[in-house]
Amino acid sequence: MLKINKLRVNYGYVIALRGISFHVDENEIVCLIGANGAGKSTTLMSISGLVDKAGGTIEFKGSDITGTKPHEIVRMGICHVPEGRQVFPSLSVEENLRMGTISVQKPTKQYIQQKLEEQYTLFPRLKERRKQAGGTLSGGEQQMLAIARGLMSDPELVMLDEPSLGLAPIVVEEIFELIQGIKRSGKTVLLIEQNASMALSIADRGYVLENGRMVLTGTGRELLVNEDVKRAYLGD
Amino acid sequence: MGTTNVSTAAVSPFEKLRLFTQKYKKWLLLALFVVVAIIPLVYDDVYYKNIMVKILMYVIIASSLNMINGYSGQFNLGQAGFLCIGAYTASLLATRLGWNFLVTMPLAGIVTMIFGYLVSKPTLRLSGIYLSIVTLGFSEIVRLVVYNWTDFTGGPLGVKGIPAPEFFGISFKETDAFYYLVLVLVVITLFVMHRVLNSRVGRAWMSIREDQLAASSLGVELRKYKSQNFMFGAFFAGIGGCLFAYFYRYIDANMFLLDEGFNVISMVVIGGQGTLVGPVLGAVIVNTLTEALRSLDQFRMVIYAALIIFMMWWRPQGLAGASNSILAGGKLRRKGKAADEEESDEEGGSIT
Repeated sequence: MLKINKLRVNYGYVIALRGISFHVDENEIVCLIGANGAGKSTTLMSISGLVDKAGGTIEFKGSDITGTKPHEIVRMGICHVPEGRQVFPSLSVEENLRMGTISVQKPTKQYIQQKLEEQYTLFPRLKERRKQAGGTLSGGEQQMLAIARGLMSDPELVMLDEPSLGLAPIVVEEIFELIQGIKRSGKTVLLIEQNASMALSIADRGYVLENGRMVLTGTGRELLVNEDVKRAYLGD
Repeated sequence: MGTTNVSTAAVSPFEKLRLFTQKYKKWLLLALFVVVAIIPLVYDDVYYKNIMVKILMYVIIASSLNMINGYSGQFNLGQAGFLCIGAYTASLLATRLGWNFLVTMPLAGIVTMIFGYLVSKPTLRLSGIYLSIVTLGFSEIVRLVVYNWTDFTGGPLGVKGIPAPEFFGISFKETDAFYYLVLVLVVITLFVMHRVLNSRVGRAWMSIREDQLAASSLGVELRKYKSQNFMFGAFFAGIGGCLFAYFYRYIDANMFLLDEGFNVISMVVIGGQGTLVGPVLGAVIVNTLTEALRSLDQFRMVIYAALIIFMMWWRPQGLAGASNSILAGGKLRRKGKAADEEESDEEGGSIT
């Protein structure tokens, strides 16, 4: 579904990605793990067109999207939930969700209503707080809102950037439950995580990024028991 | 669990008043409209009526600036330039070509909108203070061009003898008539703004104000919406400028000094950016102060400055702004963090 080939990204003269290649197949959860500064977020940002690429190609469903503009990429069915629960703090929960349909061309009222209902069944807590300002939600709720907002455009590929960042363990479990729910609904998930054990346990396949290079790949289970991964990321 | 709600324990009297007005919004608006509409009938003093016309015109102008500064978070300092373009377009068309108010007013808006587009295009990559400086420069360039292009604009002599608006057989020469004309335009302006802000476009602007990265990750075309926003604000500034010209019947370039731009900004800041009521409140307060303090002459500026500094310290979101507004000096974010900590504490407790 998504094919990344020798992708390179520079920030000025700082090299962020030194030619990484990986692929994501339909209806699987693929997880990228790596330390801070390994280039995980940069990878997602370059897929969704938010940073300029220095080289390489990105292919989505057979078409080349390397130079495509962000809003067109969203329209093609890729959604990117950025790091750090970027909800719009003074818009209400419902307005936040409505923002998720901004890329849909001429959405009908029924479409928006239907999508809102879908999110509310998936995230019942958001329904309780629909009139509340996004910034007044708790951390976990904000993360759920950010994910729900991404799902409003009915994407085929959902890219999540560190959804567990700064959340209490029990909330993290809930979020990962939801991610598996997204997969069950027929969507594909590309996940970035520092919480490697959690992420790898739900991932079909995983990749390990180090200093802008792919150093290891395998199924989630293989990586979980891999000695190098254990030492570097799982801490035991 | 996880439902820790950030509710301010002690609600300030100000916040109570705001919530009250929000609850009875429709009735209060209607009452306000009726009061404003009958004032000229019961209170017959041309001096005060003129001040009220001025307030109403500034409501349009301050609201137009609020569209840009308050809703998309671009900080425009050059509103005086847009006013100038609107005023000169209308007055030149009216005096040279004798065109009717009904034509010159929308044209003033459209021409200003085009200039809004021209300013926004090269500045799309700029934000914050850099954008402000460009708009500041734009404002001065417009004024200086108008001042020096004597053949076309009359230069330092200004444009004299602008006729009173007249259409459908009604002349708006009398202050009363002009007052109602402006009042109708204020209502239309605020209504249009209200509708746009509650549409996809309005939400897109606000999303840019709150978080550009998140906005573009959702597919908001930053360039498109930013420049649309500038054009929308400029359009109404042009209308405001046009009303200026018809009200004073004489304009010259020195009416559009940078002071004028700052005057409008102070209205928006004092009233509350990012709310529709804010600029209305600001226009009333600042214009009233201007008249009340006329005897102090230059010292007025000191008072304005002090007032703005005081507002920034006491209520950065302005009088009408909500305390949970993003403009409230990042208080919200801090509260959000506090909530996270609370949450994890609770959860930690429940696990062990």
